[in-house]
Parts: sequence; C-alpha cells; structure tokens
Amino acid sequence: MTATVSARNAAFAGVLQRQGAAVVLVLGVVVAWFAFPRFGSADNLRDLALQSSFLAVIALGMTFVIISGGIDLSVGSVYALGGVLAAYGSRYGLVVAILLPLTVCSLIGLVNGLLIARTRMAPFIVTLASLLFARGLLLALTSEGATTYKVDSDSALLWLGQGTILGVGVPVFLALILFALGGVLLRRTRFGQSVFAIGGAEQSALLMGLAVARTKITLYTLSGALAGLAGILTAAYLRSGVTVIGVGTELDAISVVVIGGTLLTGGAGTIVGTLVGVLLRTLIQNVINQVGSLDSNYQTVVSGAFLLVVVVIQRLLARSRTRN
Amino acid sequence: MASAGLTVPDRTRVTSWLQDYGVYLAVVVLLLFNVVFTGNFLSAANFRTQLVQAAPVCIVALGMALVIGTEGIDLSVGSVMSVAAALVPLYLGAGPLTAILVAVGAGIVSGLFSGFLVARLGIQPIIATLALLVGGRGLALVIAHGRLVQLHNAEFLALGTGDVLGIPVMVLVAAVLAVLAGLLVRRTTFGRQLVAIGGNRAAGTLAGLPVKRVLVGVYVISGALAAVAGVLATARLGASDPNDLGLLMELSAITAVVVGGTPLTGGRVRVLGTVFGALLMQLVHATLIKHDLPDSTAQMVQAAIIVAAVYVARERNSR
Repeated sequence: MTATVSARNAAFAGVLQRQGAAVVLVLGVVVAWFAFPRFGSADNLRDLALQSSFLAVIALGMTFVIISGGIDLSVGSVYALGGVLAAYGSRYGLVVAILLPLTVCSLIGLVNGLLIARTRMAPFIVTLASLLFARGLLLALTSEGATTYKVDSDSALLWLGQGTILGVGVPVFLALILFALGGVLLRRTRFGQSVFAIGGAEQSALLMGLAVARTKITLYTLSGALAGLAGILTAAYLRSGVTVIGVGTELDAISVVVIGGTLLTGGAGTIVGTLVGVLLRTLIQNVINQVGSLDSNYQTVVSGAFLLVVVVIQRLLARSRTRN
Repeated sequence: MASAGLTVPDRTRVTSWLQDYGVYLAVVVLLLFNVVFTGNFLSAANFRTQLVQAAPVCIVALGMALVIGTEGIDLSVGSVMSVAAALVPLYLGAGPLTAILVAVGAGIVSGLFSGFLVARLGIQPIIATLALLVGGRGLALVIAHGRLVQLHNAEFLALGTGDVLGIPVMVLVAAVLAVLAGLLVRRTTFGRQLVAIGGNRAAGTLAGLPVKRVLVGVYVISGALAAVAGVLATARLGASDPNDLGLLMELSAITAVVVGGTPLTGGRVRVLGTVFGALLMQLVHATLIKHDLPDSTAQMVQAAIIVAAVYVARERNSR
C-alpha cells in the first residue's frame, strides 16, 4: 500500500520535474490572457513567436551539447558574427549571405569539437576561448564595431527574417521545422542515442564502442551552425548585422535549456522542454512589458529568480525521487 | 578526459616545467619584449598604469581561484561588482567607510546565497551562480534606476587614484589580498580542507571534513572580493556604472586563474600563478594596444593564449 503511494508520488514528482515548465507556461499564458487585454491579440502573439524563434534556434544546439554533458559558451558571439557575415554577404547575393555565415560558424563549432574531443580539454574553457575569438573576428570585420553592414532593401535575404507563410513568420516556421528535425535526430537515430550515452556515462559509451569523439565533434559543429543560422535570421529581420547583439546570449540559451528540464550533468533532456523554456522566457519579458509601470530592469531579476526557482524545485524533486 | 584511465600520459620534463612555471616565463618574456620593442614602456608611470588596470581582475581572480580549487565556479562575480557599485552612491552620504561596508556586505550576502545553493541544496555551481549573474545585474540596475551616477566624495575617489608610500591604493589592496589568500591556502586548516575537498569530495566527506562549511566559505570570500573590486573600480572611474561595470569579468577572472595553472578540476590552488595570470592578460592587452593592434586582435590573441595554456596543463587536469 505504502509502496504504491510512494510510487505514485515518485511518478508525480517525475512528471512535475519533466513537465513543470510546461505547467507554469500554460498557467502564465492563461493569467496573461485575462490580465492583459493586449496579450491575446494576434499581433502580440505573432510577435511573441517571432521573438522566441531566434533564441530557440540557438537553444536547440545547446540542448544537444548539454545532454552530451558539455557546454557551449561561444554561441552568443557566434550568433552576432553570423548576423554580421550575413549582412556583409548579402551584397553578393542570397547564396553567399547564407553560406558564408553558416560555413564560418560551423568551422568555429568544428574547432570547438576537435579541441574538446581530441585533446580532452574542458568544453567550458575551449568554448570560452572561442567566445573571445568570435567576438574578436566580428570586431575585426566591422572596423572595431564602427561599421554596420546593411541588408539592401531589395535583397532576397530579407524574406528569411520578415516574410510570412500563412501568417506565420518565416523564422518561426524554420524554428519549428528545426525542432521537429532535432527531436527525430535525438530520439530516433543512432547519433541521438550516442549523445545520451555520452552524457550519461562517457567511459561506458567508449567501452560500448560508440564513436564518442565523432559524436562530440558533430555536436559542437551543429551548435555553431545553428547559432550562425540564428544570426542570419536576425540580420534579415533587423535589416543589418548588429555588432552589439549576442552578449550574454549563451547564458540565456543555457537558462532556457535548464528551465526546460535538461540536466546540466548530461544524459537527460528533451527538445520540447527547451521550446517550452524559450516560450516561458519570452512570456516573462512580454508580461513585464505589458505591465507598463514595472521597471524593465525587473525583467532580468525575474528571469534570474525564475531560473533559480526551477533549478531548486528540480533538485528537491530529484532528491525525493532518489530517496524513494 | 574519458580515456585518461586507458592511456598513461607520457609527461616530459619540459611540459611539466611549463605547467609549473609557464605563466611566470610568459610574463617575463612579454616584459622583455616590451622593454626592447615598445617605446615609453620603461617608465614608472606606465608600470603604474599596468598594475592599476590589472588590480580589479586580480582581486576577483583570487576569490575565483579558491572556488575553482573546490571544483566549483563563480559566474556571479561581474554582477556582484555591479551591485556593489550601485550601492556605493546610496550610502556615500554617510561616509566612505559605510558605503564600502554596505557594498562588501552585499558581496558577502551574495556569496552566502551561492554557497547555500551549492553546499546545502547540491545545485551545480555553474547554474547556482548563473542565476545570480542574470538576476544580479538587473538588481543593480533596479537599485540605481538604470543610471550612471557621478561621484564627488574626495575621500572615496582617493581609493581609485590615491597613493600610499608611492604605491597606488588599488595595487596595494590587491597585493595585500594576494598575500592573505596565499596564507589562507598554505597555512590554515581551511585552506587544506578546501584543497582536499576539491581533490576528492567523497573522500573529504568520509574523512569528516566540514565540506559544506568550507564550500560556503569559498563562495563568501569570492563574493566579498568581487564587491571589493567593484568598489575600487567605481572609485577609479569616479562614477557608479551598474550597466557596464564588471561585464564579462567572470570570464577574465576564470582566464587568469586557469592561465595561472589552477586546474578547473579542483584540488589545487595557485595564488601566485593567479596573480601572474591577471598580469599576463593585462600585459598582452597593453602590448597589442601599444603596437596599434586593435581590440579585435587583442581578443583573438587572448583566446589563443587560453587554449595554449590549457593545452599545456591538460594532462594534469585530466588525472
């Protein structure tokens, strides 16, 4: 009898731990819907989705990296670099505007992966170095941040940021497709299994004969490429390569991944959770903007507090589960 | 790291020597290079500037080194600096000492908070301090209403620009704190416990060490030192700037610690190495600037140095 109750409690705790963010998101949306008349308007919802999409693309790559037990601090700088390269490349046509940033950003990710997988250096330090490197490269390209590359108003690139399909913004569309692909990659392929195995116990993964090094290199390359893609979309949306974006974006990405229930220790996590985490973050920002009287600085305070609450709850639930 | 158990690293004496003394060698080489190739380098005024600029990073890095010694990390230091800076103008009316005490008190409270999360709740240091990094700066901006405040209290400003016996106050504070940190690590029970816990948490617990107390202690020290650095930087700036003060400081401090030879895997703290790590990063920056190489190049070179330093140290780290 007691066994069933505690089993049920454990299951409940498990659901909370995994779906807690989703529950909070639904509650938040319901409250905001009734509290703020403007919240439910099609314009606002469209805006919410669009603003979520850029961070979502970056956080997708981060989710893979964190599940493998790693971390990628370089994404914020790579994101900004991708945007500048896209705006710069747009004068040479759409193909260059997309391929140039994707190539450079993937290369940075590839180097991250090579250093981490082949020389066994800590991901934290390797990607910290590439954070500095990518920002340096960005400054060099923009004559120390003084030059802003604009995207011509007749450039085909603009559609990627500002176009709509069936009323939904193209970035939103792309983000959803990428998340669907990411979900399949993580859950239904050998590669995805390897990512979980490496994050769970790297030594065992090695002994099982999994291609640990190759998987890691692929992961970090993927993360770099996705950050670059988010940069392309942002440049297309803002019509220019903005040099000052991306500072601290890596921390935003890590936050939403963790809020989404992916464990920083690796070995467990979901793509959907990350999507929920991103939406929650945008929701908080949006609500704070709707409450006009609230100092916009509270946004970061609330974000920090929220991250903390989620992590503490996750931790307490995990503890009670192991006790059971 | 994974295959560490499978292959025995063949460490040569050269790499071993580089691991121990590389950072000192690099500082000496860079100094010599500048003396020969950089105009106006060999002047008292220039040395002063270099030391003063390295002082805040050095102070923060000392706390970071202790935290890293326990296999932790403190990402909140930059935000703690900004909170300290935001508090200074509010209490400066009651005298500089009050303002400093309040600011440092806030740093201690931040450290207690991080320490509680890490030691009591068992939350990973990177996440526990990330929350404060994100929220802390917001808090600083809320306190300061998002504004930069000019400061006019001459006594307070002397902290940033004044001298004692011909040595800038900031440099003196950094030097004293470095000596204290060195004594703490080498000569106190706390220091030995810290290193033991960082080397092997489970063994430390089994040996009956006060693991939680030591963990809280290092985060409190780190928070207090970050606040001190925030106060000094504010005095030097002549203004409280919660928007920009301490931005990316966590990265600079971690870099100084790692370049100085303290492994991220804990169990070892190199205080003098950390001081020289901070000096090295400052010297690299100054060298590039003085040779008219832009900031962008400076950042890329800094990245290369981090990778090189960690590459040299990696075999020790992977044990």
